[in-house]
Amino acid sequence: MTAIDPTAHLTAEQIEELGRELDAIRDEVIAGRGEKDAAYIRKVISAQRKLELVSRGVLLFSFFPPAWLLGTAGLSVAKIMDNMEIGHNVLHGQWDWMRDPKIHSTTWEWDHVSPSEQWKHSHNELHHTYTNVIGKDNDLGYGIMRVDEDQRWHPFHLGQPLWNFLNACFFEYGIAAYDLELGRNLSKRRRKDPEFRARARAVGRKIRKQVLKDYVIHPLLSGPSFLTTLAATFTANLVRNLWSHSVIMCGHFPEGVQVFERRSIKGETRGQWYLRQMMGSANISGSRAMHFMTGNLSHQIEHHLFPDLPSNRYAEVAVKVRALFEKYELEYVTGPLPKQVFSAWRKVFRLSLPNKKPTARTPDREQELVAA
Amino acid sequence: MVTTPLLPSDYLDLVSPLRAGADLRGRIEAVHPETGDAATVVIRPGRGWRGHTAGQYVRVGVDVEGVRLWRAYSITSPADRPDGRVTITVKAIPGGRVSNHLVRRARPGTLIQLDQPAGDFVLPRARPAKVLYLTAGSGITPVMGMLRDTELDDVVVVHCAPRPQDVIFRSELRGMAADGKVRLTEVHTDTDGMLDIARLGELVPDWAERETWACGPAGLLDAAERHWSAHGVEGRLHTERFRPGIVVAGDGGEVTFSATGKRVDADGATPLLDVGEEAGVLMPSGCRMGICFGCVSPLRAGAVRDLRTGEITEAEPGVLIQTCVSAAAGDCDIER
Repeated sequence: MTAIDPTAHLTAEQIEELGRELDAIRDEVIAGRGEKDAAYIRKVISAQRKLELVSRGVLLFSFFPPAWLLGTAGLSVAKIMDNMEIGHNVLHGQWDWMRDPKIHSTTWEWDHVSPSEQWKHSHNELHHTYTNVIGKDNDLGYGIMRVDEDQRWHPFHLGQPLWNFLNACFFEYGIAAYDLELGRNLSKRRRKDPEFRARARAVGRKIRKQVLKDYVIHPLLSGPSFLTTLAATFTANLVRNLWSHSVIMCGHFPEGVQVFERRSIKGETRGQWYLRQMMGSANISGSRAMHFMTGNLSHQIEHHLFPDLPSNRYAEVAVKVRALFEKYELEYVTGPLPKQVFSAWRKVFRLSLPNKKPTARTPDREQELVAA
Repeated sequence: MVTTPLLPSDYLDLVSPLRAGADLRGRIEAVHPETGDAATVVIRPGRGWRGHTAGQYVRVGVDVEGVRLWRAYSITSPADRPDGRVTITVKAIPGGRVSNHLVRRARPGTLIQLDQPAGDFVLPRARPAKVLYLTAGSGITPVMGMLRDTELDDVVVVHCAPRPQDVIFRSELRGMAADGKVRLTEVHTDTDGMLDIARLGELVPDWAERETWACGPAGLLDAAERHWSAHGVEGRLHTERFRPGIVVAGDGGEVTFSATGKRVDADGATPLLDVGEEAGVLMPSGCRMGICFGCVSPLRAGAVRDLRTGEITEAEPGVLIQTCVSAAAGDCDIER
């Protein structure tokens, strides 16, 4: 869809060779998976549970402001760990090889209003297969935003910075609605579809349980700290939502990331599929703590190439993947979090307005591509 | 509700994995070498352990290189051990991932998964007057559990091992013989040659009158079953088979795991359990040798071959197959 195809210099043979080289990286990690990796995820899960327990314990005394701050910070981090490094990755089947039924994609449930089952379908199956294909991958703009110059502008898009901000604040609900394909399914006819109704009921149950836990039971358990605990859990959920929304925006939205047309993926080979994942994703650079808190989605490019490899191995994989980008003269889009978030938000704002020249690529976009 | 979507037990497991009400687990407390390739593992079982009868086996789930693998081992400790611990004695088989791990690498303090003990290779309530234990190799393990547990008046033990130093529990067995508790015959097959069942009468003249418990390789047990039935006393023979004798099967086909939507090609010799696990399907599994029925799964379409007998099972409503000893005999559909 982009006017300049950054992969145009590659021959079909080169693309297949690239695919083989990526397969070799994958095989190497799979052959080397073992005790250390298993110990890693168990340690993370155990740490997350302890942190959540302690934080909720501290919040029992949240009428005392330092306790409120400490408990809220701890709970926010615990919720981020649950969703990012643990939930997202377990649900990808990254740990299924351990054959531990308690840490398995078919049994895992996360602290999130979208039931695992539905999220796995929309995320693992749809988003990861049709990455950045407009019209197929609804992650791209979550169905409410204009994400490319070539998409037709509509006055509705004027509000997209606002929609995006609201979506960031209530991100888990946004995802649940998106997993339900709410926009499409709210038409009168589809609403009555029994399959849709069953899924909607499942979401309803999940929301009820989560809300009851966070906003009724734990505040009640806190007795005199009822209101402060309520505020703390609300804050922790807000922090978690803003954080995950930011991380996820950085994965596919920053300038320099390509989007694709439906017809471009017809008859795609394995090499071409890999290439689309490479060009459709962007990384976040930073410290080990940064990678951990993003659930290693800071290594979004590596994650999209190998969604089922254990997340703790993405850092070492990234070195080899980056070398391949250089070898094949492709642009590895990466940058620190603030820069990438800013870049993604700028795009949201820019595309909320109609283009000056709807067809031709503007020179400044080209420069951004190079600079990104 | 307090912990949704987790359960309170997920948190309790962090501090007390062996408590009552937890999934059954055990902690390895010690590993004692028995021979060059066998070791006894002392396990403290969780509070939910219901106790065993001598001669039974237990399934253990051990994490080997991060992967949980389940195997069944005979319990070698008596049922009334005062400290409540149980022992299994494991012989490392060449290429065996779990047995080699337990014998050579397992460390005290490690948590393992347990199942309740099972198996009917046990003494009857009415104690038989004359007993023969016929064992070979690690086949001595369930019998050792019985010897340590129940003293009987007239016991003969015939045990086969390649060399004297390969006899598991050698000193204890010889001690029992010296105390007159058992009559022991060791057959060292490297020097004496394989035990010829037809000539068992030379070692144990009254074998046909004895209630016999036999455990060892399939060859020995097959020969024993033929010998006992040829003499019309098959009712006195009790056997325990550790590993199914695998027949060379042909065919194979495309296996569909319809609950997860996975499809893979399988050959006619690989158990469907392995096929499923390789494909990333969470398969229920058990002893992996066809005795515990922990792996039974609905066969929705097609046919499978029993790797032990060659018997073909075809899909019908309600048919469950043991995936650990069944291979694809043509295309089939397993509801997993």
